[in-house]
Amino acid sequence: MNTTLKLMSILFATILISCGGKDDKKKEGFSYEKKAPTETTVQTKTENIPASKRVDLKTKGVGPITSVNLNSEIDQEMVVHGEDVFKKMCTACHRADKKFIGPAPNGILERRSPEWVMNMILNPEEMVQKDQLAKDLLIEFNGSPMANQSLSQEDARAILEYFRTLK
Amino acid sequence: MKNIFKSAVAILAVLIAFYSCNNSSKSNGKSGALASNVAERVYVAPGEHDEFYAFISGGFSGQLSVYGLPSGRLFKVIPVFSQDAEKAYGYNEETKPMLNTSHGFVPWDDSHHPDISQTNGVIDGRWVFINGNNTPRIAKIDLTTFETTEIIEIPNSAGNHSSSFVTENTEYVVAGTRFSIPIPQKDMPIKDYKGNFKGSLTFISVEPEKGHMDIKFQLIMPGFDYDLAHPGRGVSHGWFFFSTYNSEEASTLMEVNASQNDKDFIAAVNWKIIEEYVNNGGGTIMPTNYAHNIYDESTHSATTTMKKEVLTVNPLDVPGAVYFLPTPKSPHGCDVDPSGEYIVGNGKLSANLTIHSFTKMLDAIKNKKFAGDAYGIPILNFEDVLAGSVEQPGLGPLHTEFDGKGNAYTTFFISSEVVKWKLGTWEVLDRQPCFYSVGHLMIPGGNSQKPFGKYVVAMNKITKDRYLPTGPEVTQSAQLYDISGDKMELLLDFPTVGEPHYAAGCPADLIKPRSKKIFNLEDNKHPYAVKNEADTRVVRNGKTVHIYMTTIRSHFSPDNIEGIKVGDKVYFHITNLEQDYDVPHGVSMIGANTSELLIMPGQTETFLWEPKQVGVWPFYCTDFCSALHQEMQGYVRVSAENANTPLKWSLGEDIE
Repeated sequence: MNTTLKLMSILFATILISCGGKDDKKKEGFSYEKKAPTETTVQTKTENIPASKRVDLKTKGVGPITSVNLNSEIDQEMVVHGEDVFKKMCTACHRADKKFIGPAPNGILERRSPEWVMNMILNPEEMVQKDQLAKDLLIEFNGSPMANQSLSQEDARAILEYFRTLK
Repeated sequence: MKNIFKSAVAILAVLIAFYSCNNSSKSNGKSGALASNVAERVYVAPGEHDEFYAFISGGFSGQLSVYGLPSGRLFKVIPVFSQDAEKAYGYNEETKPMLNTSHGFVPWDDSHHPDISQTNGVIDGRWVFINGNNTPRIAKIDLTTFETTEIIEIPNSAGNHSSSFVTENTEYVVAGTRFSIPIPQKDMPIKDYKGNFKGSLTFISVEPEKGHMDIKFQLIMPGFDYDLAHPGRGVSHGWFFFSTYNSEEASTLMEVNASQNDKDFIAAVNWKIIEEYVNNGGGTIMPTNYAHNIYDESTHSATTTMKKEVLTVNPLDVPGAVYFLPTPKSPHGCDVDPSGEYIVGNGKLSANLTIHSFTKMLDAIKNKKFAGDAYGIPILNFEDVLAGSVEQPGLGPLHTEFDGKGNAYTTFFISSEVVKWKLGTWEVLDRQPCFYSVGHLMIPGGNSQKPFGKYVVAMNKITKDRYLPTGPEVTQSAQLYDISGDKMELLLDFPTVGEPHYAAGCPADLIKPRSKKIFNLEDNKHPYAVKNEADTRVVRNGKTVHIYMTTIRSHFSPDNIEGIKVGDKVYFHITNLEQDYDVPHGVSMIGANTSELLIMPGQTETFLWEPKQVGVWPFYCTDFCSALHQEMQGYVRVSAENANTPLKWSLGEDIE
C-alpha cells in the first residue's frame, strides 16, 4: 500500500518535471529524484523547478508596464540603443549568454512576457515583494537584489528589443 | 488615638485628591487644551517628516549639522572645514583640495555663522554659507546635495567672525575680521598696534547661477575688532552693519583694556556706493595670496586655485561709504529687524539694549550732524540715531532675532535667558530661562524679511546637569521654544555636535523637493571613472598604479588583483554603478593610511594605498549594502619590489 503510493508520487513528479522544465539538465533531475521519494509532496516539486527555468508567458508582473506590443519585425535601431544601455547599466550583474550574478537574459522571451521583463527592470523592489517569480528568483540567486538602475521606460523598452535578438 | 490617625489619613487623602485635581485643572486653564501635552508638540511620528530644517553650526568641530524641527532629530553632519573619516571628506583625493589654504592643508576650523541664501529678502533654500574663524574662510554648502562645494580663503583677515551673512538677493556674502592685523602682514612690534593695525571687511560676490564666490573688494578699516554683522534689508537694503569692540585698539589684557570706552561703534557701510566706486575702476589692487577651492559635481573633484591679488578700498576715498554709530559697551550682536528700519546693538557690558533707527541715521547723515571722526570716518551722535532702548531686560545681552509679528527675542548670556520684547514700544513682554548660558538663538528665516515665527532655538554653551554625564566633557545643547503664543514655552532640549554656535533654519518644503537622490552615471566626468565593468582595469605607470574599479550590489570589479609591489603608490578609483536611491558602497583596504571611502550612486572616489608588506591583502565594502554585503570583498596580491609577478586582474573567472 505504502509502496504503491510512493511509486505513484514518483511517477507523477517525473511527469510534472519533464512537462514544466522541458530540457532540464540531467544533474538537476538527479538531485530531485534523490530527495523526492520520502520527503516532498507533489506540490512543492513543481516549485522546485528553478524560477530561472520556469516558463510563464502570462504573468505581467507588478509595475508601470501593463501592455507591450511587439512588432514581428525587430527594430534594429532600438536594438543598438538597448544593447548600449544594457552594456552600461546591467553588465555588472548580467552577461548576455551566461548566468553571472543574476540570470542570463538570452531566450528570456521564451520564458517571460515582455511586460514582466520591463517591470522587473523598472520596478524591481516591488516585484521581489509581490511577484512570485521575482521572489523565487531572488532566492535562487542567493538573495542578490535586482538593482533599480533608474532607467526610463524608453531605455527599458530598448533593452527588451535587444533581448529579442538573444537566443 | 487610632481614630484620630484614621481620620487624619482620610483628610490627607481628600486633600491630595483635591490638590491634584486642582493642579491639573490649573495647568489646563493656564496653557489651553493645545498646550496640555508638550511631548506631543515635538513628537514627529515614525516615518513622518519635520516641518523645518535647522542648520546648526558645529563650532569648534568645524562642521555644520542638520536637524529637524520640532523633533530635534539629527539627520546629517556636513563636513565643511574639518576632515571627516566617515565620509572621506578631506581624506580622499577628490576632496583634499577643499582644505587647502595659503598656509597649506589645514584639516580643521571653527565654524560659526551659517546663513541661507536669499532672493528678494526671503530665504530661497539654495545654499548655506558658513565662516571658518581661525584660518579665515567662507564655505558654501549646496542644499541639493548637502555637500560643501566651495571654500574661499579671506586674505588680510584674522578671526573671521563677523561672517558669513548674505545680502537680500545674495549679491554678497560678507566676511569681517575680528582681529585687526598689519595689512599687508609684516614683522613689527605688537606694541605698535594702535594706528598701524587694520581691520578688513570683505565683500564676496556670489554668482547667481552656480553660486561661485569671488572677492569683489575689501574695505580696509581702522584697527578695531569687528564682531558681528547683518545686512540691511527692505528700506536699508544696500547697507551693511558691523558691530565693533576694542575701539581702544588694545593688544593685551583685552578683557580690561578693550572695555575702557563707554561706547564702541556699529559701522554702517553703504556697499552700493562702494560697489559703484569699484565698478568704475576705484580701489587699489594689493598683492596677496589666498586659496579658492571649488568642488565640481560632474567630476566629483575639487580643485584649488591660488589667487595672487585682492582689490582693497580705503573708506576715506569713497565719500558717504562708512559712518560710525556709537553703541554702548562693546556691542556683540548686530541685528536688523525684518523691515530694515531697526538695528539692534547688544552691548555685552551694557544694562540696556540699544536700537538705532535707519531713518534717523539717514537724516543725521543728510544734515551732516557729526560728533567727530575716527581715522577720518564720521561719527554720528548717539542721540540722533537712537530709536529707543529696552531698559534693563537682563544681563549680558548677545543676540536678537525677530518673529515677523513685531516682536524681538534677545539672548542674555549672564542671566541665561531669552527675553521677548516689542519693537517700537521697547517693552519687555516675556522671559524664559535657558539651561544654561545661551549664546545665539535662531528663528527660521529670522535673518530675512520673512521670519517663520513659530519656534525659536536657543543654543547653549553649558549644560552641566541636563543630560547623563559623560565624564568631564559633556554635550552642549539647543533648546526649542514655541513662540506662536503670547508666552514662550520651552518644549525640548536636544544635544548638539560641537558648540552649537549659531544656526539658520527654513521650512523643509523649500529644500526637500530639490534634494538630490543619486548622481547620474552618464554625467560623471571624473577622469578615472569607469561606467561599466568591461572597462575596469589596472594600469601601471612606473611605481604608480591606477585601479579603475566599480561597485554594484554586491561585488567589486575587479576583485582579485595581482602584480602590485611593495613601494607602489596604488590609487583605487572606485565608481559606484548603482543608480538607485540610498545605495552607497564603502571601501577600505587593510593598512591604508587613510579613511574609508563612502561612494554615492553614480559617483567616483579615490583613495591612495602604499603597500609596505608582501602578502595577499583583503579589502571590503564598509557600508552595509545588501543581504550579500558580507560577501563584498576582494584581494590584492603584493609582491616584493623586485618580483616579476605580472599585473593581472579579474572578477569571477571561475564562476559557472
